[in-house]
Amino acid sequence: MLIEAASEQKDRWASGVIPYAQMGYWKPDYEPKDTDILCAFRLVPQEGVDPIEAAAAVAGESSTATWTVVWTDRLTAYESYQAKAYQVVPVPGTDQYIAYIAYDLDLFEEGSIANLTSSIIGNVFGFKALKSLRLEDMRIPPHYVKTFQGPPHGIVMEREYLDKYGRPLLGATTKPKLGLSARNYGRVVYEALRGGLDFVKDDENINSQPFMRWRDRFLYCMEAVNKASADSGEIKGHYLNVTAATMEDMYERAEFARELGSIIIMIDLTIGYTAIQSMAKWARKNGLILHLHRAGHATYTRQKTHGVSFRVIAKWMRLAGVDHIHAGTVVGKLEGDPMAVKGYYKTLREAKYAADPSLGLFFEQDWASMPAVMPVASGGIHAGQMHQLLHYLGEDVILQFGGGTIGHPLGIAAGATANRVAVEAMIQARNEGRDIMNEGPEILEKAAKWCTPLRVALDVWKDITFNYASTDTPDVMPTPNY
Amino acid sequence: MAFHLTQGTFSFLPPLTDDEIYLQVEYCLDNGWPINIEFTDDPHPRNAYWDMWGMPMFDVKDAAAILYEINQCRRTNPHHYIRVGAYDRGKGRQTLALSFIVNRPIHDPGFALSRQEVHDRTIKYTLHSYATDRPKGERFL
Repeated sequence: MLIEAASEQKDRWASGVIPYAQMGYWKPDYEPKDTDILCAFRLVPQEGVDPIEAAAAVAGESSTATWTVVWTDRLTAYESYQAKAYQVVPVPGTDQYIAYIAYDLDLFEEGSIANLTSSIIGNVFGFKALKSLRLEDMRIPPHYVKTFQGPPHGIVMEREYLDKYGRPLLGATTKPKLGLSARNYGRVVYEALRGGLDFVKDDENINSQPFMRWRDRFLYCMEAVNKASADSGEIKGHYLNVTAATMEDMYERAEFARELGSIIIMIDLTIGYTAIQSMAKWARKNGLILHLHRAGHATYTRQKTHGVSFRVIAKWMRLAGVDHIHAGTVVGKLEGDPMAVKGYYKTLREAKYAADPSLGLFFEQDWASMPAVMPVASGGIHAGQMHQLLHYLGEDVILQFGGGTIGHPLGIAAGATANRVAVEAMIQARNEGRDIMNEGPEILEKAAKWCTPLRVALDVWKDITFNYASTDTPDVMPTPNY
Repeated sequence: MAFHLTQGTFSFLPPLTDDEIYLQVEYCLDNGWPINIEFTDDPHPRNAYWDMWGMPMFDVKDAAAILYEINQCRRTNPHHYIRVGAYDRGKGRQTLALSFIVNRPIHDPGFALSRQEVHDRTIKYTLHSYATDRPKGERFL
């Protein structure tokens, strides 16, 4: 036995190329530690590649390995630095496998999304031995969670700051998204806020273009916000997009927003993880809510067999520290299977949850008291869907009706009023114990009897739905033994 | 257009009847959220601390008893804003779960928006409730 083990040991270090599985990256008997970071990858091996070797290769290339044996490994406590693929499960009826890989906590720098992602998704996604690879989910242990700042405020602080409880918040994105002058842009903001919305939003690609420079936009938007606050006696806000080419530009814009008394700023996902973490620190320090628009995410989140699931992006963004993130509508115009979206919302809002394959949640997650992120539902939604929105998305959400506010035949303020009346009537009915999924249309009809803007909104958009099959859904048959 | 304060969860709906208030209170109690009644004649949105109508009613589980207290508060403070708050002490929440207005002054003149023009086209904005030009207790009469 001893001699056999010794000769195995010798082969392991022979120069040349040996399978990753034999180099220690496949450990079927490994019991993940509480402190390990766990990943679930969906992988499709090339023809003739053993799925276990493929999983070991992913573990190897996302931790210590290179393509050939190196003697310098023997200078390290390599057993602990090597990631370990510990389970590979076929997805029934497909050529896909779910590979579970455990990473030791010491592989990652504290509080750095850039470092975490450079390891986990750094170079394995281009690996020739795989047809495709998707990072489905991660378990971040509390030991690592606690090294991140997290959301500058979180849902509870935001609600107290806004003095708004017990209902979804309402927003709209200014349209047209490009071309308005600063003065005309502010008009849209004012009308929507005075009509009853809580927030209006810059779109992701409104930064500082020739037709409207950022400073002018900020000035007119703050006039609109303050005027609407005086009209209503409510706290209102406009997400001023500070996305720019450099950190210096972003800080300059954010500081101007603060000087003007804005309660909120926004950034785009395209600025990168490090810039997001920098803005999160700035927002915590300066007391501004931080809104994140997930611009660009669908390039890597949408396809089921390659990329990174949005539930992972949602997790990274909660760690990085944003107060709002767009996370799907279920009923609107953009991709979003109901169960998958429910999983994203859980990831963002709950303190602790168990694995739930039906929602695409491969692992349990304990957020160790990290504040929650407010999900934002935006894209092709309108007042007539209020019962469905409340049913699927719950109360801690921002419902953003862009076209559904600005496209109202009686004007922007009327569009806003229709949405506000619809949400309040639906909350009232739900609290009274009504079955809103069945009685929703009737509840809205009743409110429309005394609210003309709602009447008109229901008539204009009554048959608008976006029923397309989702490309990104949880596996129909959940793979066993998570 | 007359000013209408839209703080609180149901301010865009017609004023809730006592029966409707009862149902909302019952919903809160069913969730284990104790009720607190507060009133003010300073409706500035940053006025977080309205006057408390006694202590939060941690031990009152009967919606009718709470409705009785709401009406007592209305009788004593007919010209004030009165709001009903439901508190969720659950870990990770520890904040209000619902807050809605159940009484309003007959006439609220609303808010002035003062603009102080400072440097480089920058403006400092301040909201000012016209009612608070008069001393506490003598407003909205």
